[in-house]
Amino acid sequence: MTSPSSVSKSISKSMTMGEAGLASGLAVFAFVSFLGMAMGHDAAFSFHAALACAASLISVVVIGNRYLDRPAELPPAEINGRPNYYLGPIKFASAMAMFWGIAGFTVGLIIAMQLAWPALNFDLPWTTFGRLRPLHTSAVIFAFGGNVLIASSFYVVQKTCRTRLAGDLAPWFVVVGYNFFILIAGTGYLLGVTQSKEYAEPEWYADLWLTIVWVTYLLVFLMTLVKRKEPHIFVANWFYLAFIITIAVLHLGNNPALPVSFLGSKSYIAWGGVQDAMFQWWYGHNAVGFFLTAGFLAIMYYFIPKRAERPIYSYRLSIIHFWALIFLYIWAGPHHLHYTALPDWAQTLGMTFSIMLWMPSWGGMINGLMTLSGAWDKLRTDPVLRMMVVSVAFYGMSTFEGPMMSIKVVNSLSHYTDWTIGHVHSGALGWVGFVSFGALYCLIPWLWNRQLYSLKLVNWHFWISTIGIVLYISAMWVSGILQGLMWRAYTSLGFLEYSFIESVEAMHPFYIIRAAGGALFLAGALIMAFNLWMTVNAGRASETEGTAALQPAE
Amino acid sequence: MSFWNRHKIFEKNSIILIAGILVVIAIGGLVEITPLFYLKSTIEAVDGVRPYTPLELAGRNIYVREGCYLCHSQMIRPLRDEVERYGHYSLAAESMYDHPFQWGSKRTGPDLARVGGKYSDDWHVTHLINPRSIVPQSVMPGYPALAKAELDPSDVAAHLRTNRAVGVPYIDEQIANAAADLKAQTDPDGAGSDAFQKRYPKALVRNFDGKPGNPTELDALIAYLQMLGTLVDFKLYNEKANLR
Repeated sequence: MTSPSSVSKSISKSMTMGEAGLASGLAVFAFVSFLGMAMGHDAAFSFHAALACAASLISVVVIGNRYLDRPAELPPAEINGRPNYYLGPIKFASAMAMFWGIAGFTVGLIIAMQLAWPALNFDLPWTTFGRLRPLHTSAVIFAFGGNVLIASSFYVVQKTCRTRLAGDLAPWFVVVGYNFFILIAGTGYLLGVTQSKEYAEPEWYADLWLTIVWVTYLLVFLMTLVKRKEPHIFVANWFYLAFIITIAVLHLGNNPALPVSFLGSKSYIAWGGVQDAMFQWWYGHNAVGFFLTAGFLAIMYYFIPKRAERPIYSYRLSIIHFWALIFLYIWAGPHHLHYTALPDWAQTLGMTFSIMLWMPSWGGMINGLMTLSGAWDKLRTDPVLRMMVVSVAFYGMSTFEGPMMSIKVVNSLSHYTDWTIGHVHSGALGWVGFVSFGALYCLIPWLWNRQLYSLKLVNWHFWISTIGIVLYISAMWVSGILQGLMWRAYTSLGFLEYSFIESVEAMHPFYIIRAAGGALFLAGALIMAFNLWMTVNAGRASETEGTAALQPAE
Repeated sequence: MSFWNRHKIFEKNSIILIAGILVVIAIGGLVEITPLFYLKSTIEAVDGVRPYTPLELAGRNIYVREGCYLCHSQMIRPLRDEVERYGHYSLAAESMYDHPFQWGSKRTGPDLARVGGKYSDDWHVTHLINPRSIVPQSVMPGYPALAKAELDPSDVAAHLRTNRAVGVPYIDEQIANAAADLKAQTDPDGAGSDAFQKRYPKALVRNFDGKPGNPTELDALIAYLQMLGTLVDFKLYNEKANLR
């Protein structure tokens, strides 16, 4: 039997509005999903409704259990005058980032090999290149990158505002709900559920779900900013905020669609033809600009100064960098549509602003690199910092290459070729990948209060992945330019010199080199996963030593 | 000095910072996108462009489902080599009923904007089932499952209705007969063939996959491929007519 004091405690304990609201909302959702599963018009829709039903029921049970296990009082916002940071959802998102990273790189390697050896398509509907390619892009951009961004933003906003993350269940709803979106999107691609808009392939119901999750994400982030204990909003948070808001705007603008049936997966997008193309690349290029750039620049602005123990090089430069970058990026979309049926004036605007975009991009790169003034020696001793600094160098390289490729004459050669793929991967593997790896190598020890298991393994990861990237992008440069030149080559008699299939044949050796580069990049990530796993699970013995050596960032 | 001081208003107020971000990111999109909806010059007036037949639409949905757009563009640029390789450069009007557009961004395989009529139906059947049996160097996946999958005629009308709701000018008669038209297009000797051709003038009517029985996904995809880029008669097209 319980003692009198605990009885009085259990009487005063009651569910919060959030717990009761979310649990009952999810219970209703489970019922609706069950109906959707039973009445669905196609197998994929029923399968997704079943997943939603199961996930909702499990969540209700978990929320109930959590309520029963927790003390009557919610965790305090402060303990002994120090903020009581909320780390659980961040740990979850960091772990998911590593998981999806490995999955996304693996699928990338598979589709790279399919292009070299087409027998690997196995000619089954769910294993062909056309279905796996969106799985690869979504897994690396939205699953890996997205989880890194959510984890790091929740960490940085708490630390730089000196306050506990807003909400109790809301942050968990964001991280779990976001990963559920990824699950629906990814399984959908394999089953042929897609609206075929690049980087916005998920169908209408997944889009609706993401909207709910994303608005919650914005609210959690914003409410944490609102209750900050610091007078100034730290620069990294500007970039996170711009990333969250703009992605919401882009998502809503690009995805309005009318489902054929509310019990089926297929929908038709509201926009058609030229307008759809313009919306798509307004979205597509700014998924690069705000998801893969602004968000990861926020990581740069927090983690590099923290790791190097130096202040940001120039505060004023960061102000200019911020506003110029977000203003100019939005215009750059039409450079994906050069020489198409999009009106010429829009193409010219897109090209002009893309070239201008070079300046704020390099301003940001300079701000990141020069932060190391007086600490350059750390590049020799700290492979984590080296990884992040090299990522900024890759950022500089691909933000020079991008404006160059947006010039119409250059684009007439590069467009439709592997050069674009190479450009994307110098940014994705070099910049986004490396800065994310650097952030995770910092975050995991901070979150679990451990010492990083092995710096030597980080060093191996760095070099193996760097060689992989170099192989990848140089293979794609050569194959892309070769393709472009073969397509426009004329004989002395004025005939096209090559048939299309001859250009396909010429790509074969480069596709093998590219796959080898991808394999190295994946091998590096596996070393990282092992290293982080050991950090969390085998670092226990040196716990006291670890906390002394590596205090969490303030 | 004053400028940097004034910026503090953004650094100290999260709501003002959000408002600033929204204004700054709205400008570019508004300037580039909104005029496309009302400038007449965006889409030129061209004879011949019509909505897809039910079978072609089903084929197009298979094209979307299998991610064909990831390796094949449907947008011929006005460059000498492209016009000679693929045909007349693509017009905006030719994709005006496309929800979503399929211009693509990569040519691992050739452009398909005008592939219609370039190869026989037999060629497409063989090529889609096993590409390397007909083009040994090809890296395209094979799609043998298409030949076995029969189309479901039950929701074809709903597909046309949804398209009409987003702006494709299907008429009531086309929607009412959608399921019948799906089959009629693969059955040139059938009873519905004449009525179908009245509803969709110049549409191809034949047994695309060469097999008797109900229309398959292979029928639909080939019907779609065979009409791509064939709607506008460029012998009659006046390039200067749309200059403004």
